[in-house]
Amino acid sequence: MSEVPILSLVTFLPLIGALLIFLGPNDEEAGARSARSMALWTTAFTFLISLYIWVTFDSTTADLQMVEKYDWLGGAINYHMGVDGISMLFIILTTFLMPLCILASWTSITKRVKEYMIAFLVLEALVIGVFCAQDLVLFYLFFEGGLIPMFLIIGVWGGSNRIYASFKFFLYTLLGSVLMLLAIMYMYNEAGTTDIPTLMEFDFTADVQMWLWLAFFASFAVKMPMWPVHTWLPDAHVEAPTAGSVILAGILLKLGGYGFIRFCLPMFPIASDFFSPMVFTLSVIAIVYTSIVAIVQEDMKKLIAYSSVAHMGFVTMGLFAATQQGVQGAVFQMLSHGWISGALFLCVGVVYDRMHTREIAAYGGLVHRMPVYAAVFMLFTMANVGLPGTSGFVGEFLTIVGTFQVSTTTAFVAASGVIFSACYALYLYRRVIFGELDKDTLKSITDLNRREVLTIAPLVVATLFFGVYPLPIFEVTQVSIEHLVSGYDAALQAHNASLGIVPEPAFTFEPLTTTPPAPAAGHH
Amino acid sequence: MYQAIVFLPLLGALIAGLFGRSIGDKASRMITTGFVIISALLSWVAFFEVAISGNWTTIHVLTWIDSGAFEADWTLRIDTLTAVMLVVVNSVSALVHVYSNGYMHDDPHKTRVFAYLSLFTFARLMLVTANNLVQLFFGWEGVGLASYLLIGFWYKKPTANAAAMKAFIVNRVGDFGLILGISTIFLTVGSVEFDTIFAQGPALALGTFNFLGYTVPLLETICLLLFMGAMGKSAQFMLHTWLPDAMEGPTPVSALIHAATMVTAGVFLVVRFSPLFEFTEFASTFVVVIGATTAFFAATIGLVQNDIKRVVAYSTCSQLGYMFVAAGVGAYEAAMFHLFTHAFFKALLFLGSGSVIHAMHHEQDMRKMGGLFKMIPLTYFMMLIGTLALTGFPFTSGYFSKDAIIEAAYAAHNPAHMYAFALLVIAALFTSFYSWRLVFLTFHGPSRASKEVLSHVHESPSVMTIPLIILAVGALAAGAFFSSSFVGHNFEAFWQTAIVHNPTNHVMHDFHDVPQWVVLSPFVMMVLGFVGAWYFYIARPELPKEMAETHAPLYRFLLNKWYFDEIYNVVFVKPTFWLGRLLWKIGDGRIIDGFGPNGLAARVLDVTRGLNRIQTGFVYHYAFAMLLGVAALITYFMFGGAH
Repeated sequence: MSEVPILSLVTFLPLIGALLIFLGPNDEEAGARSARSMALWTTAFTFLISLYIWVTFDSTTADLQMVEKYDWLGGAINYHMGVDGISMLFIILTTFLMPLCILASWTSITKRVKEYMIAFLVLEALVIGVFCAQDLVLFYLFFEGGLIPMFLIIGVWGGSNRIYASFKFFLYTLLGSVLMLLAIMYMYNEAGTTDIPTLMEFDFTADVQMWLWLAFFASFAVKMPMWPVHTWLPDAHVEAPTAGSVILAGILLKLGGYGFIRFCLPMFPIASDFFSPMVFTLSVIAIVYTSIVAIVQEDMKKLIAYSSVAHMGFVTMGLFAATQQGVQGAVFQMLSHGWISGALFLCVGVVYDRMHTREIAAYGGLVHRMPVYAAVFMLFTMANVGLPGTSGFVGEFLTIVGTFQVSTTTAFVAASGVIFSACYALYLYRRVIFGELDKDTLKSITDLNRREVLTIAPLVVATLFFGVYPLPIFEVTQVSIEHLVSGYDAALQAHNASLGIVPEPAFTFEPLTTTPPAPAAGHH
Repeated sequence: MYQAIVFLPLLGALIAGLFGRSIGDKASRMITTGFVIISALLSWVAFFEVAISGNWTTIHVLTWIDSGAFEADWTLRIDTLTAVMLVVVNSVSALVHVYSNGYMHDDPHKTRVFAYLSLFTFARLMLVTANNLVQLFFGWEGVGLASYLLIGFWYKKPTANAAAMKAFIVNRVGDFGLILGISTIFLTVGSVEFDTIFAQGPALALGTFNFLGYTVPLLETICLLLFMGAMGKSAQFMLHTWLPDAMEGPTPVSALIHAATMVTAGVFLVVRFSPLFEFTEFASTFVVVIGATTAFFAATIGLVQNDIKRVVAYSTCSQLGYMFVAAGVGAYEAAMFHLFTHAFFKALLFLGSGSVIHAMHHEQDMRKMGGLFKMIPLTYFMMLIGTLALTGFPFTSGYFSKDAIIEAAYAAHNPAHMYAFALLVIAALFTSFYSWRLVFLTFHGPSRASKEVLSHVHESPSVMTIPLIILAVGALAAGAFFSSSFVGHNFEAFWQTAIVHNPTNHVMHDFHDVPQWVVLSPFVMMVLGFVGAWYFYIARPELPKEMAETHAPLYRFLLNKWYFDEIYNVVFVKPTFWLGRLLWKIGDGRIIDGFGPNGLAARVLDVTRGLNRIQTGFVYHYAFAMLLGVAALITYFMFGGAH
C-alpha cells in the first residue's frame, strides 16, 4: 500500500476543479474565461500527478498496486481502488487526452461554457474511476455514471440532430448495462463478494460462466462497439462537439475492451473460449463491413467513426485469441487508437471550426492553404492505416500475429483490413487535402493556429514515439498480461482435461535442434 | 559507419521536411544531397569491406517490439547481400538527388521532393539491412509511403492523386500476403529473426499446417505468402497495374523508386529468403511462372506505348520478371546481378528520358518528338548506351546479367524452366524492338514537334548530365567488372552464406555449360529486334500505322494493356463501392437501426420534443436524475440481497 492515496487523488482532482468552476463567477463572459483556464489547469495538473503513477509503478509484478481499501456501505461493498499493468496506462491515456480536449474546445464552445467544462471534468473523474475500481459495484457506478456527462455533452453542445443521437447512444448502452447489473447481482449472491480480485480467483461453474459472460458481453460489446450494435457510434460522433468525439473515440470506446480484459477473460475463461468463435466472427465482420462502409461515407466524422469500429474489431479479435501477442497487441491498439483517432477527430474539428461543415465534398485542395495541417493529417492518416513506424502498426500487427496462432481464418480475413483501411483513409485524404483549391469558400481558409498546434503536437509525438519505441508500454503490460494468459490457459486445460478433450495441434513441424528451442506445437 | 549510411538520409529528410521553409530550399537541397552522397561513398567502402573482404557484422540499434516470444529489434544486418543493395540504393539515390537539383529547378515545391527522396532512401536502407521480418516490413511499407507521396507529388493533378492511391492500395494487397507469411513463420518457428528462420528451411519443408481449414504443406505456404508481397512491390503479373501509372511522379523519382530500387524489393525478398525458397517445389515454380509471364506480358505492352516514360516503365516490369525467373530456378546470384546492373542502365534510361522531357518542356508523347539527336547529342549518346545495355549488346552490363538468367533458365531443373526460357527469349526480342523504337521515334527521323517547342529545345545543365555520364559508365562496365564475383567462378566466396543453395541445386555451375545455340539466342533476338525497329520506324515509317489498322483488335488489346485496369475496375472497385452503399443504407440503416433502436428512439423522441418545449435544459436535469436513480437502485439491491 502506498502512503499517498494517489489513485483517489487523481480520480477526484477533476471533481475539485469542477467544484471551483461551479463556484466561479456567474457572469457569462468572465465565467466562461475562468472556467476555461480552470479546466485546463485542473486537467494539466491531473496529468502531471498521474505520471507519478507511471513512474512509481512496479512492472515486475502482476499484483494490484497503490491499493486503497475502505469499508463502504456497511461493509457489503468496499471502496477498493488499485491498478495493475493493464489498467494503469488507460488512466494515463485519459489524463493525457483531457487537457487537449479542453484546448480543442477553447473557442468552439461559446454557450454554457461553465457547464461544459464541469461536464468534462466530471467525465474525467468517472472514467479514471472505472480504471481504478477494484470492486464490481464501484466499477459499475463509475462505468454507468460516465455515460451521463457524455450524454449531456452530445445532447446539449451537439449538432442539429443531437437529441436523436444522444438517445440512440443512451438506449444502446442502457440495454447492455441492465444485463450487466443483473449479472453483478447474481455474482454477489454466488460468491458473496463484489471484490474484483477475489472474484477472479472464484471458480464459477461452466454453465454459470456462460450466462454471466453473455451479460457482461452485452454491455461491453455495445461500448466497443462491435458489429452489429455499432450504429450508435457514427451518429453520436457526428453530433458530438469535437472534444466530445475525441473522448468518445479515445477513451469511452476503451471501456468495453477494458471490461473484456478485466472480467470476461479472467473470470469466465471457459465461456470466453466457448464464445470465442462468435467473437472472432463478429470482429472480422466489423473489420471488413465497416471498412467498406467507411469508403462510401460523405461525412468526415462518420468515416472516421466507422474506421474506429473496424479498429476495435482488431482489439476484440486479439483479446479473445487470448495469446500473449493477441492481448498485448489489443491493449496497445486501444491505447494507440486513443490518440490516433482522437487526433483525427481534432483534425476534422480544425476545418469544421472554420467552415462549419463536415461534408467531404465541401473541401478539396486544402494543402495549398494549409500545409502544416496537411502534413499532420497525413501522419494520422498513415497511423490510421497502420503504417510501421507509427503506433497504429504495432497493435494491429500484433493482434493479427496473436490471432493467427488460434485461428488462421480469422487472422486471414482480418488482415484484409489492411487493404480496406488504405482505401478509405487515402480516399478521404485525397478528397479533402489534394486537388485544386477551386471552391470560393475555401480561398481564405487559414492554417493551424498556435492553440491548435499545441493541441495536436502531443499526439504527433505519441504516435511517432510509441511507433518507433513502444517498449515502455510493453514493459508495463508484459507481466500482468502474462499472468492473465497463463491463468486463462490453465483454466482451459483443467476444463478440457475434465472433459477428456485433447486439442489438436495446428501444425506439424519438427524444428532442427541446432537452434534455440521453438515453442511447443499448437496453442492451449 | 553503417549507422551513418542508414541514418544520414533520414537526418537529411527530417531537416528538409521540418525546417525546409526556414532554412530555404537551397540549403535543404544541399543538405539532403550532401548526406546521400556521403552515404553512397561510405556504401562503396562498406561494399569492399563486407563483400570483398568478408567482414560481416550485425549492429543492434534499439529494441522495438517485445511481446512474449515475439521479439523484433531495430538491427542492421550487414552481409554481402546487404552490401550489394547498399551500393545500388545509395549510388542511384545520390545521382538522382544531384540530378533533381537541375530537373526540379523551376518547381516551387522542390524542398519537399528532396525530403521525400531522402525519406525513401532511408526506408529502403532499413529494408535491406533488416535482420528480422518486422523491420523488413517497416522498410517495405516505408518505401511504399515515400512512393505514394512522390507519385502524388503534383497533387493538383487528379491523375497523379489517383495513381498514388492505386500504388499504395495495390501494394497493400501484396502486404496482406506478407503479413500472413510473417504470422505463419512466427507461429511455427517461434521467431521472426532471420538466422533462426533460415536454419529451419529443410525442417519446415517437411511440416504441414492447418490453414483456413485445409492441411497444407508448411514451407510452400510460407513462401507463396511471402512471394505475394514480392509480387505487389515488384509489380508482377496481376499486381502490376500500379507501376505504369506511377509515372505520374517527377521523372527522377521514377528513376530512383520505380526503376532502380524500390521495385526490386520483391526480388531482394525472395533472394534473402533463399534458405526457404530453395526447399520448395511448388512455390519456386510459381515464382518462375509469374516471372516469365510478367517478362513476356509487360514487353508486349511496351511495344505499342507512346509515352516515353511508360515504355521504360513496362520495360522495368518486364526486367523484374527476368529477375524472378532467375530467383525461382535457384540462380539467386544471377537475379541479384541483374538487379545490380539493371539499376544502372534503367536509372540511366529514366534520367535520360527525363532529360528529353526537360528539353521538350514536359512533353512525354514520342509521337510529338523525333530528330532530337542533333539538338541534344549528349543525352542521345547516354540513352544509346542505356539501350545497348538493356538489350544486352555484347560486353555491356546487360549482356552479362541478362544472358546469365536466360542460360540459367535453360539449365535449370525447375518444372517450368522451358516455359520460362521460351518466354524470356521472346521477351528479349520485344525488349530490343521497343528499346530501339524509343530511340528512333525520339531521336531520329523527321521532327514532329511544333516550331514553338523546337525553338526552345536545349541540352540539360551539367548537374543533370554528369549523373547520366556516371550511370553510363556503370551501364557499360559494371557487368564486365563484377561478373566473376556475382555469377562467375568466385561467386561462392563472394556471397558466402548470404545465399543458400539446396545441395541438389547445381544451376550456378550448370548454366556455364549450356549449348551454344542457347548462348547465342538472346544475341540473335537483339539483332532481330533492332532490325525490326529500324525497318518499322526508319525504313518504312508508315508501316506501324498500317499494321495497327490491319490488326486492330490485337493493337487495341496491347495499347489498352490487356484491359487489366478495366477488368479490375469492374471486378473490384465498382462492386466495393456498391457493397459499401448497400451495407450502409440497407445493412446499418434499414436492418440494424430499423429493427433496433429507431423504433424505440422515435417514440422517446416524440415525448422529449413535447417536454423540450416546456422546459429548456431538460436533458441536463434528466441526466442528473438518472445518476441519482442508478445509485439508489444499486444501493437498494445490494442491501436487499446482502447475506
